[in-house]
Amino acid sequence: MAAPSKDTTAAPVIEVEDLVTHYGPRMILKGVDMDVKEGEIMVIMGGSGSGKSTLLRHLMALEYPTSGIIRLLGQDVGALGTLEMLDLRKRLGVAFQGGALFSSMTVGENIMLPLSEHTDLDPMTMQIMARIKLEVVNLAGFEDLMPSELSGGMIKRAAVARAIIMDPKILFCDEPSAGLDPAVASALDDLLLRLRDAMGMSIVVVTHELDSAFKIADRITVLDQGKILFIGPTDELRNHKSERIQNLLNRRAEEEVLDVDAYLSRLTGVTVDGGASL
Amino acid sequence: MAESQTQNPLSRFAERIGRGAVSGIEELGTCGVLVVESLYWLVAGPRLRQPVRLGAVFVQMMEIGIKAIPIVAMMAGTIGVMLAIQGIHTLKIFGAESRVVVGIAFSVVREFAPLITGIIVAGRSGSALAARLGTMKISQEIDALHVMGINPTRYLVVPAFLSLVVMVPSLTLLSDFVGLFSAGLYVGADLGISMAAYVDQTIEVLSLDDLTHGLGKSVIFGVLIAVIGVVNGASVTGGAEGVGRVTTRAVVQAISAIVVTDMLFAFVATR
Repeated sequence: MAAPSKDTTAAPVIEVEDLVTHYGPRMILKGVDMDVKEGEIMVIMGGSGSGKSTLLRHLMALEYPTSGIIRLLGQDVGALGTLEMLDLRKRLGVAFQGGALFSSMTVGENIMLPLSEHTDLDPMTMQIMARIKLEVVNLAGFEDLMPSELSGGMIKRAAVARAIIMDPKILFCDEPSAGLDPAVASALDDLLLRLRDAMGMSIVVVTHELDSAFKIADRITVLDQGKILFIGPTDELRNHKSERIQNLLNRRAEEEVLDVDAYLSRLTGVTVDGGASL
Repeated sequence: MAESQTQNPLSRFAERIGRGAVSGIEELGTCGVLVVESLYWLVAGPRLRQPVRLGAVFVQMMEIGIKAIPIVAMMAGTIGVMLAIQGIHTLKIFGAESRVVVGIAFSVVREFAPLITGIIVAGRSGSALAARLGTMKISQEIDALHVMGINPTRYLVVPAFLSLVVMVPSLTLLSDFVGLFSAGLYVGADLGISMAAYVDQTIEVLSLDDLTHGLGKSVIFGVLIAVIGVVNGASVTGGAEGVGRVTTRAVVQAISAIVVTDMLFAFVATR
């Protein structure tokens, strides 16, 4: 069941224009254009090496592109000074794939960290706010545990609680349901839908899980070899005629025409002329 | 790949040296940037509403300094006795064993106290710093700090940096006292010199210059341990194995840097 569609005329909170990124000589993103509208869940999908993790790191302003523009909440991240960037980051939340909770702090301290660093709230108020967020992610009463005492699903939920503690305008989630059993994964999907509906957050999710993607997405972006193959609503993606997209949806590996000479060269490190035998 | 395999061994050797040199220079540059960045956050942090937390500095001081007191004191005491034994044994050849106090005083205050303290702190805290940052990097905790708008240099590096710069000289001062005292005990037992006479002779021989020579060096050792620990921790790749590798590398590099710096400092200061 697809998520209820959102207002397609809403203002974009993320705009990406002609994004190009190189790692050394390798071009990872080859001119990506996309946007994410206010209050929508955008799911980014693609095979391994398609560039989706790189795109997410750029959207989170953890890396800067070779060329192109990324605007978050109307601000060009490449043109921001230190102070402006710090202010912008307070309006973003990120839940990493492995949670990235600080192992030396309790769950409660992890969740309160952004508050204690960016606000002058007294400790009691911060604790109350942390407890509220823990209730939102169904982890009430776990604030005194260490991250090592939590299960995989609990760690991901605690990471979401930390990501939303400052009530961000945009929430980024990297593989939120990866490695979780279906019931826990489904509960996390429901949590993201609640955050969108109740708090009006724009959410960007990178995932491999098709069921999860179709359940939560308002729109889906499909990346292939550093380019956008598709961007649009879930129904449109399901009915798309492109063979590559259908292969992705049906989880079929594309047939690759094997170049025997290139394959032997790769294995042996010796250039093989056409027709020559070893 | 095929090209590098067809190169002759000499070219490959030269290429390896070239790459090593470039990466070494790059690492030195990173160290310099880190020191400047740490100073920047120390000064500009309050203006950017990101001050360095004194609480974090005290926690690090406790870990790096206070908890190291037993091992530093034990090693300094052992070194003091060792110097006394060796000094008396050597000076006996000339019948000048009563002059051993001069040798002990200079050796402990100018060389051995800063050196042994630096080496112990490098092994204990430099490795811990590299391992902590390396683990945080591979578990994306550093990225998490970035995205929360918390500068990792300000939050993680500056407290460790400040603590090392303060605690290594403090521990060195402790080493001075413990080393001289333990040497005095041995000298008293072996040569029959009273502790009061030993202390008088030591004070007479030593000047403030000798003390500042040793303490000045130890400040530099603190900076070296911090910078090498952080640069190695931040360069980790490849999971838990990578953390082990950078931790070992941090200790070896820090101890090597301390010994070489000590030699250069001694050379410059005695000209």
